[in-house]
Amino acid sequence: MPKVTVDGIELEVPQGATVLQACELAGKEIPRFCYHERLSIAGNCRMCLVEVKPGPPKPQASCALPAAEGQEIRTDSPMVKTAREGVMEFLLINHPLDCPICDQGGECDLQDQSMAYGRGGSRYHEHKRAVTEKYMGPLIKTAMTRCIHCTRCVRFSEEIAGVDEIGALYRGEAMQITTYLEKAASHEMSANVIDLCPVGALTSRPYAFEARPWELKKTLSIDVSDACGANIRLDSRGREVLRILPRINDDVNEEWISDKARFQVDGLTRRRLDKPWIRRDGKLTAATWAEAFAAVARVKPGKDVAVIAGDLVDCETMFAAKKLAGALGSSLLEGRQTGMDYDTSNLAAVSFNTTFSGIETADAIVIVGSNLRIEAPLVQVRIRKAVKAGAKVFIVGPEWETTYPAIWLGTDLAVLGKLPQAADDVLSAAARPALILGGAGFAKGALGASLALAEKYKLVRDGWNGFNGLHLAAARMGGLMLGYAQQGGIADLVAAKPKLVLSLGADEADYTRFAGSIVVYIGHHGDKGAHAADIILPAAAFTEKAGTYVNTEGRVQFAEKAVFAPGDAREDWTILRALADALGVNVGFDSFEQLRAAMIAEVPALGVEGLADYGALPKAPKAKATGSIETYPIKDFYLTNPIARASETMQRCSAELLHGEDFAEAAE
Amino acid sequence: MADRHLEPDTPELRARWGGFAFNAAWEAKARAAIARYPAGRQRSAVMALLDYAQRQVGEETNTQGWLPIPVMEYVATYLDMPVIRVVEVATFYFMYNLVPVGRFHVQVCGTTPCMLRGSDDIMAACKQRGMHKGHTTDDGMWTLTEVECMGNCASAPMVQINDDNYEDLTADRLDAVLDALAAGKTPKAGTQEPGRHTVEPLGGPTTLTEMVTANHDYRGEW
Repeated sequence: MPKVTVDGIELEVPQGATVLQACELAGKEIPRFCYHERLSIAGNCRMCLVEVKPGPPKPQASCALPAAEGQEIRTDSPMVKTAREGVMEFLLINHPLDCPICDQGGECDLQDQSMAYGRGGSRYHEHKRAVTEKYMGPLIKTAMTRCIHCTRCVRFSEEIAGVDEIGALYRGEAMQITTYLEKAASHEMSANVIDLCPVGALTSRPYAFEARPWELKKTLSIDVSDACGANIRLDSRGREVLRILPRINDDVNEEWISDKARFQVDGLTRRRLDKPWIRRDGKLTAATWAEAFAAVARVKPGKDVAVIAGDLVDCETMFAAKKLAGALGSSLLEGRQTGMDYDTSNLAAVSFNTTFSGIETADAIVIVGSNLRIEAPLVQVRIRKAVKAGAKVFIVGPEWETTYPAIWLGTDLAVLGKLPQAADDVLSAAARPALILGGAGFAKGALGASLALAEKYKLVRDGWNGFNGLHLAAARMGGLMLGYAQQGGIADLVAAKPKLVLSLGADEADYTRFAGSIVVYIGHHGDKGAHAADIILPAAAFTEKAGTYVNTEGRVQFAEKAVFAPGDAREDWTILRALADALGVNVGFDSFEQLRAAMIAEVPALGVEGLADYGALPKAPKAKATGSIETYPIKDFYLTNPIARASETMQRCSAELLHGEDFAEAAE
Repeated sequence: MADRHLEPDTPELRARWGGFAFNAAWEAKARAAIARYPAGRQRSAVMALLDYAQRQVGEETNTQGWLPIPVMEYVATYLDMPVIRVVEVATFYFMYNLVPVGRFHVQVCGTTPCMLRGSDDIMAACKQRGMHKGHTTDDGMWTLTEVECMGNCASAPMVQINDDNYEDLTADRLDAVLDALAAGKTPKAGTQEPGRHTVEPLGGPTTLTEMVTANHDYRGEW
């Protein structure tokens, strides 16, 4: 623990800290461009210069200098001030003065720091450098003349994403950042370079020229595009959410989000259900709320009601529907739309017990039936970290492009009963072994065999729980906590032949199996579910209602409402409350607060932000896994939910990045 | 300097160079270069392999050689590393040619010492012979490039032609060198000043004169 002095403040800093970190601990702001906490140190922008004694009599780059015992650091001396002014002046030599037309304006590190640390005037009269535009795909807009060569994007793609697709070509003044042959950046997390870019060189293409940061209302929310529950910020203006940015949460998403989470936002304004619809003579016709409720009431379902929860709904909606079904006398609730019927009697067996930050420290990982890159890009990033630290990864399932060395154990699930020697040796010797059971594994009934494997290799030990279920739907864990699971899965609902099926934005279910039922779709997009519905009640998307979400770890998180739903659409719980009146039953709540209180009274864990406690893993059943994993559930990463399917950006990503259509534009 | 660019990746380029592979001689050298580094660190040999690839391309095209995109991809596959990292190296160093060059790549130094000693005349002499900066002559013989300091300041002005330096040039001496090269001969590399061997002072030593004939110990005289 070296002791250093920063501007006369004496403090102890952790072993291995840099001078920059020491200054931050002392509460001093150090300007920087290339340095980033989550990337390797480059030391090439020189903005973080400070004066350090003992040492050479010149300013030193604090980001790359280890803090050492007895250092005397000055961040306020005349030398530091002039050094910063000098560096800033050099950076601005080749930086265009186009802030008024730059999308980074108002949230630009260079702008802010030139105000704080620059000279205030230019002495440069020569020609400025200009760089040709580089194509980086449908998500990233480039203006490479603005680039200050911090190489954060290069380091991100190499270190975090694990896909070497961005590089710095040429040298010196002629240096240019580009993707290889200007191909589109095709990683699932590629757009995080937009946040990393300290200037306006890499900006968001779909959001180009939409708004200035100071016009936007910022709302804290939770991403619903996958089951990771990334923490996001919704930036809205008026009635529209204009963009989605990640929030820092080291337990969940660090500070990254997937491209789908970020760019499905334009889907929120397209194909929206903004008025009720009723199917008359096989055709959907627009109706009023009163007509729609009357139509539902005419069904007179009695207790023949079933509820199918979609992948994006919040716990409050599911609870309200559960109460409604309960008041009618039914408990036919199911959220696993595609027919999965794994055992949910113990939720510890289906949640991500190791936690995302915990999986980073695993030293042996078995992945059963999960293409992590597209099913949970944020978990993939964590596993890359684990592999860098020496973890070995074994994968059961069809091969996909990992970004780290992995050993493929084939597609036959029988391998779980008897691992090959190599895997057996590693797992037996591992101190922190883990298993991740993905969607394909759940679907093929590998839960029992995975639990048996967990028992055999003692995946649960002192201070370590290595058993993980990885879900694909944001609503899954919340649904399971609220009892949205039948013994036989959705087949039980089909067998019960309900008169009325309430579909809470369920777009992946096969409604042809409910041919005899009246399907009431309560959702926000005119997608597969709405096409199959008899009555459509327009509801709110995740940005338009407050809600509780539980991610695959069992982490309870709250999202806030950013904007109002369009047209006649209403928040889901109000629709369900009104339906209760229409059907003549009492659900016991009249306001959102009452609803939430009732939900928390029933499932207390949903009232506490943070990891829910599911207890210990169950004993492994005797069942043996058979069959083989032929495919993964997600065929198209960019089009997994109704919001993304409605999004033009996601459609274009799918066409260009996955299906190879050519949209490349000529340089502007 | 800033005019370096990659040759565009066209179907013709792919057709011509897509099947590139080291021949036996360069393959052996490539293996030797990789063997210099510990196992798993094979990508450290990227600079050597790019050089070998450029030389083989040169042999195949009877030029100094250059690095088409498919050849860089071959090197990347050969070393099991991302192509973008190979391209970064190739674009960084000026001795890798990114576009086709002629039989002889004439690199005229124009930095201050050479300029003071008459590099403008050298450049003019090159232009006199039909060369243009950054271009290859129509007969495919000469490519002219102006470069920054090559470290031959004591025998300025100089040009570098393929692997050899020619120093102490005048327009006439350069002409003689180029004529010899064009005739298929190998002119003497290094200084072109008669009587001079390397960069020793003209007209005999001016310092350490006692050392010329015998090993003299100066230490007592300090």
